[in-house]
Amino acid sequence: MTKEITILSGKGGAGKTTVAGALATLARNAVLIDADVDAPDLHLLLQPRIRRSETFYGSKKARIIAADCTHCGLCVDACRFDAITPGEPPEISFFFCEGCGMCYRICPAEAIEFAEARTGEWYVSDTDYGPMVHARLDPAQGNSGKLVSLVREEGRKIAAANQAEYILTDGPPGIGCPVIASLAGTDFVLVVTEPTPAGEHDLRRLAELLGLFKIPAGLCLNKWDLNPEMAARMEAAGRELGMEAVGGIRFDLTTVTAQLEGRTVMDYPASPAATDIGDLWKNVEKLLKKNDSAGR
Amino acid sequence: MKIAFASGKGGTGKTTVAVNIANILQQTGVDVQLLDCDVEEPNAHLFLLPRIDWSVPATVRRPEVAEEHCTGCGVCAEFCEYNAITVLKTTVLVFPELCHGCGVCAEFCPERIITESDRAIGVIEGGAAGGIGFVQGRLNVGEVLAPPLINQVKEKAPAAAVTLVDCPPGTSCPVIEAVRGMDLVVLVSEPTPFGFYDLTLMATTLKTLDIPSGVVVNRCDIGNDELYRFCRREGLPILAEIPHDRRIAECYSRGVLITEALPEYRELFADLWKRVIDSLPSPPDREGREGTGTSP
Amino acid sequence: MKIAVTAQKPGWTEPLDNRFGRAAWFVIVDGETKKWTAAENLQNRQAAQGAGIQAAAAIIDRQAQVLLSGNVGPKAFRVLQAGGVRMYRTDTAKQRTVADAVAAWERGELEEITAATTEGHSI
Repeated sequence: MTKEITILSGKGGAGKTTVAGALATLARNAVLIDADVDAPDLHLLLQPRIRRSETFYGSKKARIIAADCTHCGLCVDACRFDAITPGEPPEISFFFCEGCGMCYRICPAEAIEFAEARTGEWYVSDTDYGPMVHARLDPAQGNSGKLVSLVREEGRKIAAANQAEYILTDGPPGIGCPVIASLAGTDFVLVVTEPTPAGEHDLRRLAELLGLFKIPAGLCLNKWDLNPEMAARMEAAGRELGMEAVGGIRFDLTTVTAQLEGRTVMDYPASPAATDIGDLWKNVEKLLKKNDSAGR
Repeated sequence: MKIAFASGKGGTGKTTVAVNIANILQQTGVDVQLLDCDVEEPNAHLFLLPRIDWSVPATVRRPEVAEEHCTGCGVCAEFCEYNAITVLKTTVLVFPELCHGCGVCAEFCPERIITESDRAIGVIEGGAAGGIGFVQGRLNVGEVLAPPLINQVKEKAPAAAVTLVDCPPGTSCPVIEAVRGMDLVVLVSEPTPFGFYDLTLMATTLKTLDIPSGVVVNRCDIGNDELYRFCRREGLPILAEIPHDRRIAECYSRGVLITEALPEYRELFADLWKRVIDSLPSPPDREGREGTGTSP
Repeated sequence: MKIAVTAQKPGWTEPLDNRFGRAAWFVIVDGETKKWTAAENLQNRQAAQGAGIQAAAAIIDRQAQVLLSGNVGPKAFRVLQAGGVRMYRTDTAKQRTVADAVAAWERGELEEITAATTEGHSI
């Protein structure tokens, strides 16, 4: 059975993608997913070769047919999302339209169109480390949760066809809609964060979310040596919240060097970060086996 | 004047820049307030340690169905774009966690038996940190509706000469809601491939929304010059360059303000603010632009 | 009596799908004759929200009174319960195919689901 591992952090910029890229080189027979569809970065490390690209229709959008509009203004008042600017005819903002259909249904002149609209693109690619599914929202578009669900579903199809051992997902920051979409059905969450007040604060909220969904999780502190005391405190807090400490990564500018070269940090095997991530992966695999034999 | 701080990528220093600008402005007697609109993971309070004077629930509307009068026609379920209502014979099931509060079901129920009530999705808290007005939103864990909460944070905030908005990471709905109505957005980035790529996404988003922006280059001495070339090409002003300084990282990890702990950086933030003011489109220019209907 | 079974492909001997809302196929089996029909769940699998709710409504529409599946989330559970569908949990370690699941259910070997088996995903 394929194991799905999702990498999250709560706070952004804590090293999720650096770790996801590195683990992609270590996990054998894996399908890779970038679920941070707002600001996807994994492709900058894995250099995917796109095999297939598809349009994403993320939401219905309303549009006024100027010729049919009688300028009655009903739609302006009915829109709960302030997406319609009064005028003759009024104007519906493509970006602020929530796709609820209120204006379309309320318009007495049937002067509003309401249809699925393109809000992004998604891709199936090859990398040196396995197939990858990724996506990109169009500028100023929303509903990233739906796109996250879609790329994960595609990833699962490929994993089933390949009898893949792992699905490795680089998740979005935060704890909201796209994060929740990246959690459904995952077997294990690897939390990558840093020992700072913000990292600690966000870890608690993320742990609460994982508790709600009853998903097993492990904690990895990135740059732990910048504040070893806080790192230790966070590991202890993590344990109380049901997250096992599975590793720590030392502060290492090699991660920046690797990024600049468009490679993962594992291409620098002597670096502290590569050594630490190697150990991290061993611990994650061990923990997954243990969870498995415990019968889940 | 309303200025937002955004980045696309997380962890580039949005909050750091925002709270230090707030501090500099307060020191010079400016009537300033900071709104933390990163409602999934609000962190500005960790640096400002504000006194919280008031707290109100943030709510969205949800339908209530008087089932005893329901004819089971199913219009509400058919019209709901979010699958938040299901009708089985005359049993109506409402799923408030999926409801966007658009009001379509209540508006179009032929029996007029759907009313709406308020459902809490988080809290909005306000107060002050010394001379800085402070408002933040906190989304309840497990909730997905960040945008309406962000909208309410901005609505509930009192008027101030200068309003600074700390945005969530990413480029989709929550950020779009946070930058709505801003005079200028300060994009905080770093010259690494991740920082650069996510900056291009966010810059395109703002261009699409027709909101002017400028760039703060954080950790300006790591990475390469791609970001600078992009800014030149796009005509984005560089508002400030912050060096990679371990002491700044330490300030962050201790939750203290750079402009308090490291006075030599005060001038940098004061200059940053001056450039923000200089980069604002001047009123006649704005009117001219709207008059001709061309975008910049 | 009609029995709905979640499956990876349409067929009597096809493997079970452990998921409910995002299952690939629903195989609807007539309890007496063992004749089956299948409905693809494509629309729901790609739904951002409420896949379980829609799937449950679809099962009820097809007049199934029994559901055999791996996991049922809380929203789908509410709908199925309101629709009078009794739910039983399959175990892919013991039953592999639709036929296995129906046989195990007939022998009374499947545990009845009386509360949601997974936390819902509000999206």
